[in-house]
Parts: sequence; structure tokens; C-alpha cells
Amino acid sequence: MPYEYPQYEYRRSPDQDSASPARHPVVIAGAGPVGLALAIDLALKRVPVVLLEVLDTISDGSRAICFAKRTLEVCERLGIGRRLLDKGVTWKTGKVFFEDDQVFEFDLLPEDGHQFPAFINLQQYYMELYGIDRAQELEEFIDLRWSNELQGIASDKDGVRLTVGTPDGSYPLDCDWLIAADGARSFCRKTLGLEFEGRTFDDQFLIADIKTKSDLPPVRRFWFAPTFTDADSALLHMQPDDVWRLDFQIGPEADAEEEMRVENVMRRVRGMLGDNIEPDLEWISVYRFQSRRIRDFRHGRVLFVGDAAHQVSPFGARGANSGIQDAENLAWKFQLVLNELAPETLLDSYHAERTYAADENIRHSTQSTDFIAPKGEVSLAFRNAVLSLAPNHKFARPFINSGRLSVPTIHRESALNTPDGDAWSGKLLPGAPAVDAPVQTPDGERWLLDQLKGEFTLLYFTDGPAPEALRQDFLPLQENDIPVCPLVLGLTPGVPEARVFDSQGLVAMRYDAQAGTAYLLRPDQHVTARWKRFDLDAIRTALNTATCN
Amino acid sequence: MSLNLDPRFDDPDGFYNELIHMHDGLSESESREANARLILLLANHIGDRAVLSEAMRIARNPLDH
Repeated sequence: MPYEYPQYEYRRSPDQDSASPARHPVVIAGAGPVGLALAIDLALKRVPVVLLEVLDTISDGSRAICFAKRTLEVCERLGIGRRLLDKGVTWKTGKVFFEDDQVFEFDLLPEDGHQFPAFINLQQYYMELYGIDRAQELEEFIDLRWSNELQGIASDKDGVRLTVGTPDGSYPLDCDWLIAADGARSFCRKTLGLEFEGRTFDDQFLIADIKTKSDLPPVRRFWFAPTFTDADSALLHMQPDDVWRLDFQIGPEADAEEEMRVENVMRRVRGMLGDNIEPDLEWISVYRFQSRRIRDFRHGRVLFVGDAAHQVSPFGARGANSGIQDAENLAWKFQLVLNELAPETLLDSYHAERTYAADENIRHSTQSTDFIAPKGEVSLAFRNAVLSLAPNHKFARPFINSGRLSVPTIHRESALNTPDGDAWSGKLLPGAPAVDAPVQTPDGERWLLDQLKGEFTLLYFTDGPAPEALRQDFLPLQENDIPVCPLVLGLTPGVPEARVFDSQGLVAMRYDAQAGTAYLLRPDQHVTARWKRFDLDAIRTALNTATCN
Repeated sequence: MSLNLDPRFDDPDGFYNELIHMHDGLSESESREANARLILLLANHIGDRAVLSEAMRIARNPLDH
């Protein structure tokens, strides 16, 4: 564990002494990474949240360890991105071995000019620790209740009555909305009787987190059919604090208890890292995984996020990372619905967008699993055929699938998008998260995404003074019920209206922007509409489309 | 383009013979892998998903047209 296993004190809430059940707009069940991210996002939007956590500490074991660029960008908006980056191990190279030989090496190709790298490795408990610190800074809005266990849910069309167990006994609690962020074994899901749909895989995987000094570089290593241990695959990742994640595919029949015995784990560890290694074993676990989701992410007044809603194999790092995307997707929609600035149907768009994302992640996860753990002799033959061709024949390398690493879903079919009317080049699309790039601000070199503050933003490109008429148009957008914050971006230096200047030309390139180009960005930084020229009516229409108004 | 189902070899026996003898001396599993490599090489050479899908359909159901 990091230093001292933190313990957060249970405190009796005034709600427990209330004569009639206290009522709150939003209760979140589960203070894991996803519940915390959602609570922080809502707090930043001044939505008060009660966050219930059954434990009185962070999770044991490192669990999720790979955090993707988009997660870091979201967390930076929430106020912990740099802290995660500074603590984490940045990596971009992966090596793939077949038996004893390297068959492939990949680079996650991070182009320059982004604040965050493609990936960092960091123990999940750090993510939770930093999230809790941030939540405590926002205690005006986040009522984080430790040792509070959700024990009962009764919902109707107007709200949800909860029964919450504590060391002092249970108490009733009412809320307008319940968010189930209570993980793979979600109490909320079970209580509502919701079934997962998808596949469960028989293969078992042994995880060992070990602490040892090593000179190995921060490279992801993946072995198919390793010879140094009796496993069908093996994986090695570096984490901070000299901790290493080892993962062994030990087959469907392995005896989990036997496998978790220290001497048996050590035999595998030494097989991978050498006989003279004397590591501390930090965490040992055996797991099976699933690729599945519940059908509906919204059930009336109860919404599901993260592992409570969907699960994937670990090989693409698509679990926690997609959960964080669930949280950013839901937070702003809640804010608008709670403030009666958008109809409840906006929450259905959460279901539509995030089940689309879950299906994409499940598809990748299932395909990776079919490659890593082939079912049947023919599948195995194809898998080995790819691996044996790859060293000398580059055509075979793209087939190698040791996990397709998490990239954010583009909600390309979302009804919240306004389809393009103009011709655009480049990779950006309506429904995609905004792309980062360096910009010059009065405070110095900064990042574009840091200029987006969790509101609807009109990113407007100009190379000269914006016409007076245009300036007058920005005002009503800012004063709209749902404000649209203008961000005027100078394509050339010294444009008087532009606080922010595209100093390296990368913003214009990544946004295919010329003078007059306008992007409407959602509070979760996703592109929802764009135009080659400013049109106030079109912007208003697009804003209505994006908010179900 | 669609899958060409006309006979194309001037020397069909020669090609067939070469195909069979590709497997000489291989075990069942080595043979399976060699076939898999052959399919991957050819599939990449063809590089046309529609053609490959049609070939897979007929490979699975030879009575199909």
C-alpha cells in the first residue's frame, strides 16, 4: 500500500436523527473511481450530492492500473489530472512475445502537442485517494458518508427511498435520483433484479502485484504461450513505488486457492523476472472476467454507471476508463435536468450514448479475449499462425491482439449531435471528445482543453477583430438559460478579442479551422455541432438539440 | 469486385499436388497452423472484405451459390 492505509471516520449524519426521511436531489452509491468522479463533477456544477460508501477506506489491491489519456483529461477538469500524471508511470511502448521470442513492438503513437500521454500506470487506490482529497475540498457540495451501506431501494416515478445501514443502525433516506456506482457486484443491480447480458469466460487469471527494485523500462510486456511458466499468457506492467503487475492466464481448471499460495505465486514470479528476485507480494488475486452489460442504464429514477452497468476483460483497460466517461457524460445532463433547464429525456441520452460505448468496449474486449484465449484448435491455429508470421511479415502484425487499449468512444450516432452541413477534413467528428492542443494565453503556454470549464462552449476561430455584430451575438449566448461560453481563438497573434492564440497552428489543424469556424462543445468537452461560419440561429438550434429542448 | 468462381489454373493437378505436399511431414496441429498461415497470406493479398466474406460463406456452405 502507498504509505499508511487511510481510514476515514464514520460520522453520524443529521439525516439519521431526522423525524421524517431527509430528501436529497442525488445520492450516489459507491465511492470508487467512477462514483467519485461523478460526485466531483456534480459538485463543480454546484449540485449537492450524498455519496454513500460501505467501506471506511480505499480499495485493497491495485485493481485498475492503466489510465488512458481521456481519463486524465477528464480528471484534469475535475482537478486531479496533473496529480495522477505526476504520480503515474507514463508508458507508450508495448512488446509482444510468442513463447520466448519477441514478435512485435508497438508504440501508442502519442503525437506531440497534448497535455497528457496515451497512458499512465497507477494503482487504483491512488485514483481513489486523490478523488477523496478532491471531494473533501468540495465538501460544501459532497456529503461523503463512510461505512454507509445501501441496504434497500424502493423507487417510484417521483423518487427513491433508500435504507442505509451504519454502525449506528439503519436509517431511511429519500432522493430524487439514485446513481448506482457500486461496482461489478452492484447491490442496486441485484435489488432491481437486472440481469447482465453477454459472455462469461471460463479462463482464470492470477494477478500478483509485487514490490521489487528493477531496471526494467516502463514497457508493457505480453507473452503468448510463455515458456517460463505454465500459463497460456502472461502480462507485465510497471506501477509507481517499485510495484509490478504480473498477470497469468492459468486456465479454466486451475485450483484458485492452490495457485494463490505464496510459494506457487513466487515460482511464477521468478519464472518471469529471474531466480534471484526477492519481492514483497503486495496483492494476489484470481479472477474470471465477463464481457457484458445490463440492457438499460436508466431505470426510472435509478441510473447505472461504471462496472455496475457494464464489464469487460482487463486487456484493453476499458473498465475504469469507460466508467469515467460514463461519469462525465451523466454529470452535465443531471445538472440541467435538476435545474429544470432540460427535460428528463436528456437522461435517456445517457443510456443511448453510453450503451453504444459499452457495446464498443465489449466488442473490443471479446475480440481480444478470442485472440488471447482461443477457443478450440482451429482458433488456436489461426492465433499461432498470426504470431508466427508477424516477425518477418508486417501484414500479420495488425492482427495481433493483446488488448486494444482504451480510446474514448465517439458518440457518432447520438441524437444530441447536429450532423455536419459543411465539408470537413480530419479525424474530429460530432460526438467526439474535443482534441487537445497547446495554446498561448495571457498566463503563458497552456492547453486548449484546460480552457473548457465544464459549460457549453462556443469555440470560435478568428484572424482579425471579430465584427461588432458578432460580438453582440456572443452576449445573448452567454446570457442564455443554458449559458454558452465563447472561447475566441486567434489564428494569428495580436487579435484583440482573442484571449487565446493558436501559437503552434495545431488547433487549426486538428479542428480543420479557418477564420469564422465555430465549434459548439458540450460541458463534457464533446463536439456537438460545428460550422464553417458563425450563425446564431444554427447555434441556438444545435444547443436545443444537444439538450433535448 | 466479386469472388471469381471460374476455374483459373492451366495445370489444376499441379497446383493441387503442391497444396497437398505443402503438408508433408507435418503433424496434425502443424498442418492446421500451416493452413491458417496460408489463409491469412491469401486473405491479405486479396484484401477485399466483400470477396472474402463471399468465400467464407461458400467455404462453410459448399452447396450455396
